[in-house]
Amino acid sequence: MMRNNMARRTIGVFMIFVMLVGCMLSLSSCRSGVNGEIYVLCYGDYMDQKVLEDFEEETGIAVVLDTYDTAEELYTMMSNSSAKYDCICTSDYMMEKMMKEGLLAKLNKKNIPALKNIDDVYMKKSAEFDKGNNYVVPYQVGVAGIAYNKKKVSAEEVKSWKVLWDKKYADEIIMPDSMRDAFMIALTKNGHSLNSTDAKEILQAEKDLIAQKPLVYRYSNDAARDRLVDGSAAIGVVWNGEYAYMTDYNEDVDFCVPDEGSEFFIDSWAIPAIATNKEGAEAWINFCCKAKTAATNFDYLWYTSPNKAAYKLIDKEALENPAIFPTDDILARCHSLRDLPQDAVDLYADAWKKVKAN
Amino acid sequence: MANKKWASPFIIWIIAGTVIPILSIIYYGFTTRDGGFTFRNITAIFEHDHIQALGLSLGLAIASTLVCLILAIPMAMILKGSKFGKEGFMIFVFILPMWMNFLLRTMAWQVLLERAGVINSILGIFGLPPQELMNTPGAIILGMVYDFLPFMILPIYNTVSKIDDHLIEAAYDLGANKFTVYMRVILPLTVPGIVSGITMVFIPALTTFVISNMLGGGKVNLIGNIIEQEFTVNSNWYLGSGLSLVMMIFIIASMLLLNKFDKTGGQSLI
Amino acid sequence: MKKTISVIYIAIIMLFLYLPIMALVVLSFNDAKSMAVFTGFSLRWYQELFQSRMLMYAVVNTFSIAIISSLIATIIGTLAVLGLSSMKKKNQDLILAANNIPMLNADIVTGISLMLCFIILHIPLGYCTILFAHITFSIPYVVLSVRPRLNRTTDRLFEAALDLGASRGYAFRKVVLPELKPGIVSGFLLAFTMSVDDFIITYFNRGAGINTISTVIYSQVKVGIRPSLFALSTIIFVIAFVALVVVNRNSDRKGVAFNL
Repeated sequence: MMRNNMARRTIGVFMIFVMLVGCMLSLSSCRSGVNGEIYVLCYGDYMDQKVLEDFEEETGIAVVLDTYDTAEELYTMMSNSSAKYDCICTSDYMMEKMMKEGLLAKLNKKNIPALKNIDDVYMKKSAEFDKGNNYVVPYQVGVAGIAYNKKKVSAEEVKSWKVLWDKKYADEIIMPDSMRDAFMIALTKNGHSLNSTDAKEILQAEKDLIAQKPLVYRYSNDAARDRLVDGSAAIGVVWNGEYAYMTDYNEDVDFCVPDEGSEFFIDSWAIPAIATNKEGAEAWINFCCKAKTAATNFDYLWYTSPNKAAYKLIDKEALENPAIFPTDDILARCHSLRDLPQDAVDLYADAWKKVKAN
Repeated sequence: MANKKWASPFIIWIIAGTVIPILSIIYYGFTTRDGGFTFRNITAIFEHDHIQALGLSLGLAIASTLVCLILAIPMAMILKGSKFGKEGFMIFVFILPMWMNFLLRTMAWQVLLERAGVINSILGIFGLPPQELMNTPGAIILGMVYDFLPFMILPIYNTVSKIDDHLIEAAYDLGANKFTVYMRVILPLTVPGIVSGITMVFIPALTTFVISNMLGGGKVNLIGNIIEQEFTVNSNWYLGSGLSLVMMIFIIASMLLLNKFDKTGGQSLI
Repeated sequence: MKKTISVIYIAIIMLFLYLPIMALVVLSFNDAKSMAVFTGFSLRWYQELFQSRMLMYAVVNTFSIAIISSLIATIIGTLAVLGLSSMKKKNQDLILAANNIPMLNADIVTGISLMLCFIILHIPLGYCTILFAHITFSIPYVVLSVRPRLNRTTDRLFEAALDLGASRGYAFRKVVLPELKPGIVSGFLLAFTMSVDDFIITYFNRGAGINTISTVIYSQVKVGIRPSLFALSTIIFVIAFVALVVVNRNSDRKGVAFNL
């Protein structure tokens, strides 16, 4: 009787074990669609979930999506090859760096016919580091600027980055929690290039950022939008794509790109050299370039879409809003971040550490 | 009653899971990007930014541990003497919050502490001025105490509950007053639990980066943040490993020191 | 008077512990996507939770890893305690000291050292590496939970059983194991809880496409957490709460004090 109990229990435990393993295996095979799966790594909350479903419906390929926060993080993941992704999305300067190091695969453009939908203006900008447009395909573009609470801050003041150093707004300022973006602001304010490799200019920017720190409420990337919505902060640095999200919840918020200039970014898709499912990844990129997909994503993200075919499907009011689709004169004073040589990056990294430590 | 060999899977696991990884981190800690040998990753702890972060981490960790201790001891005493009846229930009530993911619980404090958050809204109803609660070292201490308090209460309660009531009765019978009873009878017997609790709070508090990320607003950089950034953002695993090694030695040293207080040598966890 | 102070004190601590949880539960019913404003009551996040493949996988991963790693850790740990007891004291102490290292080490050091180890050995990161890591940090908890139960009394009971004619196996099963059982159970539960809630170690060792609940949450922290995660946590919390009540009812009835 006792022995039976013991045996029963052992069998019970064993069965649970088997069931679990079975569940696991079956679920993991469920992950792949009819035609396999692709592993995609993209910025957090950067596409409509519906796009993933539509893609699987159309091609039978399931998308396993992972997200990350800063471009530097992605580079770490890519450079040590600890994780294999088939398709990644990141910013221009990081793409440039990875291209130089041979971490990206050349695209087979025959598999991406929808590439022609991307506006030439952006293809040309992309070609500045990707000659011939062989490695990356633009996904979203935009500029950095100041989001502010109209009731607390005047439109005149935000025409310069200097407003972020104004003691009047102590503890109401949100700065980006990203090395290059934070330094972009300080360097531009001082009239220097955001791609400066000059140690003196970087040191000056570092001093300014340290001096500014007591005035900063918090360092945040995308979460800045929530703080402006609930009124905790009066000024924040955001991407122009956040304009719609903020004004949706709080009508007192407005957006402006300072006169000194700002950062222009292109976030693109690329395929890592170690990708296992290149065709699947190319099918994905092609799908993202379709007008309908771009329009769906626009409806969700409200970031500037580089897809001119999608413009036909986008609200005219949105197209004419300079905050959502920056005008030419705004773009003229914005520059892209470029990949910098390692010793310059080290300078920035050390300086950023000092800023955070003080 | 058992064969020595039964412990072999365990020993193999220790070697594979602890010894080899530590060797790996030692390897990275003493190497440079180009593959050469160096001490610089270790001595880097003495650089200004790192020392500052370490000092801040120590200060916050000690403060949180003390707060936890001060909150936990009375709690354990109350629970011991409680006629609530369902002692197991009370303990579970402290374990239950651990079932809500700790990242989310910490995140929830953002909702409460933000300028426009719940607490300030409630203060506003009473006409009180809004308090500056977020993005301060105080917020981080709050977060640490919140996350780690159950880990302090449980070991202490466990030890306290094992104290024989007769000992306490005897002490009273022998003429001791409440204070003496506590200091000379109860407290010494509670020491193993206190040591356990301190271990389970101080170490995570010293090395956390999540809490300072969420509640510190990116303004408070602890040593855990620096190590994490070296690995994820700066891609400088060598420096990160060096700093981690220093932290490891530091922690083991302080725990050895702490264990000197636990004369019972009882290796009980909780 | 003393009783009132005690009650108030407990109430304050409980409020402190549960206030954020209540806030999350409330937010899980928020109509708005933003945590910053509450626009109305809605069940949409619960809907999204069940429709989200990624979240469902994360849940399955989290709990399957927790169960499997805890089971394996419990088995290895219990065997270890038994095996250790027949070793020389010097060896015992040495091995126990090594056992304590994963516990004493900060999460971040354990996670990073394992990751570096996998990379040096060219082991691809994925489900199995997470499992390995979880077992590694769970075993010490099991050992430290079971070991106090194996004391001289147990030894003597075992010998007594042998004296009374029981076979070694029978004596072991009927005398030693029941003595160890509370330690084994609490070790298992502790390992399980640690595994479910683990973030840092999983974060560093996970590889592409594998997520646990914790890593999903962290990946959304910077961008703004989707309330579907609040919904998930609320559900888990309610399940744990119900389980607690049920277990407590049972143990009350049987008069068994829940021994940690």
